[in-house]
Amino acid sequence: MASASVSAGGDRPVLGRSPLSRLPDQILKWGLTVLAGAILVLIAFFFVRLYIEARPAFDKFGVFGFTFDNNWDVSRSIYGALPLVVGTLITASVALLIGVPVAIAAALFVTELCPQKARGALTIMIDLLAAVPSVVYGLWGVFVLIPKLKPAEQWFTDTFHFIPFIGGAAVAGPNYFIGGLILAIMIVPIVSAITREVMATVPLDHKEAALALGATRWEMIRTAILPYSRAGITGAAMLGLGRAIGETIAVTLVVGNAPVIGKHLFDQGYTLAAVIANEFGEAANNPLHRAALIAAGLVLFVLTLIVNAAARWFVSRGQRGNRAAAEPAGVAA
Amino acid sequence: MSAMSAGGVLPPVSPGRKRKDATMRVLLGLGTAVALVPLVLVLWYVAKRGLGAWSSSFFTTDPTGNFLGNPGGVKSAILGTLEMVALATLIAVPIGVGVALYLTEYGKDSKFASAVRYFVDVMTGVPSIVFGLFVYIVLILSGVGGGGYAGWKGSVALALLMLPIVTRSAEVVLLLVPNTLRESALALGAPRWRVVARVVLPTALPGLVTGMLLAVARAAGETAPLLFTAAIVNGTSFNLGTRMNSLPVQIFNDVGQAQDRLVTRAWGAALTLVLIVLVFTLIARLMSRRSRLT
Amino acid sequence: MTIPLTSSQRGTETEQAPDQKRRFEPSGKDQATGAGRRVSIKGLSAWYGDQYAVKELDLEFEPNKVTAIIGPSGCGKSTMVRCINRMHEEIPGTRVEGEVLLDDQDLYANEVDVTSVRRAVGMVFQKPNPFPTMSVYDNVASGPKLSGTKGKHLKERVEQSLRSAALWDEVKDRLDRPGIGLSGGQQQRLCIARTLAVEPEVVLMDEPCSALDPVATLRIEELIEELKTRYTIVIVTHNMQQAGRVADSTAFMLTGELVEVGPTETIFTKPTDDRTEQYVSGRFG
Repeated sequence: MASASVSAGGDRPVLGRSPLSRLPDQILKWGLTVLAGAILVLIAFFFVRLYIEARPAFDKFGVFGFTFDNNWDVSRSIYGALPLVVGTLITASVALLIGVPVAIAAALFVTELCPQKARGALTIMIDLLAAVPSVVYGLWGVFVLIPKLKPAEQWFTDTFHFIPFIGGAAVAGPNYFIGGLILAIMIVPIVSAITREVMATVPLDHKEAALALGATRWEMIRTAILPYSRAGITGAAMLGLGRAIGETIAVTLVVGNAPVIGKHLFDQGYTLAAVIANEFGEAANNPLHRAALIAAGLVLFVLTLIVNAAARWFVSRGQRGNRAAAEPAGVAA
Repeated sequence: MSAMSAGGVLPPVSPGRKRKDATMRVLLGLGTAVALVPLVLVLWYVAKRGLGAWSSSFFTTDPTGNFLGNPGGVKSAILGTLEMVALATLIAVPIGVGVALYLTEYGKDSKFASAVRYFVDVMTGVPSIVFGLFVYIVLILSGVGGGGYAGWKGSVALALLMLPIVTRSAEVVLLLVPNTLRESALALGAPRWRVVARVVLPTALPGLVTGMLLAVARAAGETAPLLFTAAIVNGTSFNLGTRMNSLPVQIFNDVGQAQDRLVTRAWGAALTLVLIVLVFTLIARLMSRRSRLT
Repeated sequence: MTIPLTSSQRGTETEQAPDQKRRFEPSGKDQATGAGRRVSIKGLSAWYGDQYAVKELDLEFEPNKVTAIIGPSGCGKSTMVRCINRMHEEIPGTRVEGEVLLDDQDLYANEVDVTSVRRAVGMVFQKPNPFPTMSVYDNVASGPKLSGTKGKHLKERVEQSLRSAALWDEVKDRLDRPGIGLSGGQQQRLCIARTLAVEPEVVLMDEPCSALDPVATLRIEELIEELKTRYTIVIVTHNMQQAGRVADSTAFMLTGELVEVGPTETIFTKPTDDRTEQYVSGRFG
């Protein structure tokens, strides 16, 4: 803003604005800055308060003891979260194994194979998967998926009885597998959306180069699109992982909530998020139990932070690498 | 058959390659179908079983809390959701747009702005139950407002959830406002706050509303943040200072019960909730399609 | 003329119909001079949606000669050339009518597989576009690998192609380094090697030097001079001096139509059509 005070005739500055009229600008700027800074303060505050309330549990069992002891026994006030951590990892792994390939297939189909006219409708439908509230997925899981899939699950585990962890089990109604399956459905939209974005940045040049060499459509995808998108797809998958780790309500309704490490894919299990939702009611009057649940929340928080940070690093590394590829190294022949 | 019947001029293409191409096309199409089948199934079941629960009393009576006999409707749940989400929006949107404004108008290159942006991104990855825990600790354990469960505390948790969504989408939209627009206004001698209020925000408004609607749709469907902040109650209340019911929590509660009528009510409530969320989502999509900026 | 196939030429695509009457006959480009294929365009029309870009064009490309296509921006020269290797149809909403014959084979015939058209008719693009995630070797090998060439044959093919593109000496010690680490001119020669590796009969070049500096351009023009003994070459260029340097014949296009075609010298010194005369003397375009 021009604020020179050149006085042409008289003492009043010609170009200057009075300090009072600049006040709203100052207020706006500093107000918004404070607001933005408040975000940083908030996050720090999160950590601190969570940790303080979780301390009783960490004091009693040690941070490693709490996280890695295999004994979650509410009745005896012993809180070792390993069954929860393992359950979280199992359900999240199942979710990734099922959800990521499906999401990538859908992204490829929509961007490369399907007719132009269907593209918009398909994209909206895939994104709508994210609009369904998690409690509704849970409800559907309990009353539709679990009973309808039980025979198939039993057949599967009987047929493949020789594979450890998968075979030879008695299928519990709610179990790790159903938990992972519901999570898979829930992560498809986000993995697919980001994969689509990543694939859209593949330069037309490379796709044309592959086609001009006589590649079939699939060969072009394999040669030009997938290698280019590798880092971005990894990032997308990790974002899906973060989502799967943190999802609470749908999982707690279908995983069985048994605080032990199940020996089979079709056993009941428990996750960090589910235990908090499930047990918080009864823990309201039990300070140690409550502290243990908050500690579980803290572990969950840290886990998602790490996964999401790694995801973002992958996505940005993909973008950086590909931008560097776009410029030739030198000018000489 | 290979393409060699093309007179021997063109090189042959092995049937193996053509088979592989066809197979992969089918697989990719199947994968897409697999992705969409759950959507269709869920919506169909919710519609089928939910419609059976709908009646005028479903919408006009509160849950009775009776395990046997008449379970009542979900009136307090619907109203509670609307009230709490409205308050959450009132909190999250000004703050979210404010932070986005900071990032686009003042903080494009500073390290501070990068840090803020990074942590807003961090917030999008925080599980919703952790937000609930945080609000429980800060507002309930510490005895704020009498230390009990309250609707407004639920709104705070929902607002925390909405904040990164609003900020991210607002930042994208604000960045799309052409700089030339800002510059011409500034060149006319308008002070910055005027440019923001009279030029930038109105231009970005449709996009901002879209982002807001998507955040609202998300918040309306969330259960975990409300479990130990607003908790659950049977009666309708317009007092956000007391416990408040909500559709997601009501459903969550009813699912766990072994009573048929309660389960039916859960399906009816689920259909209601899905419709509310879908309406907001679809309006947001339609708006973004018509927007001048996107 | 049936030339016995060497093992590297044959590749491993050998699933042939038992009642096949004619075997695949390459035009003997392994030899110093060979019979390249002739390309004949008859009544070619091409559209982008409603936009009529190429209007009933007739043109012949002589075997083992370089034909340049010149004309102002937007005259349809790139579109026309992309119809020869059927890349035009990859863009949604496009349409093609007419015939494109390779010797006597219509490339648009129903039974023709488009991927085999593109193996026979290669293309070098305006901006060098080596695959960024692949090494020099893998870039050149990417085409032959698709048709099953492996092992020793593959290595021979890669070396042969890099030599043909006058790049072998510069990269022979760094075959496994990324293709994008080369300079602009080297990258374009890498793309040429990649195109030659699938053993096409015709090579299309769409303004191959417009992204390169003059030194790199000159090297590629020398290369074109060598390559024409073994391939039929079509080069789209907006640079008339370049057409003068490399082309045997030149065709001038304007708003989707062929205005005039003939020996390069004639086109530039004694053109028959007024519009050609105006374009080559720089009065428009």
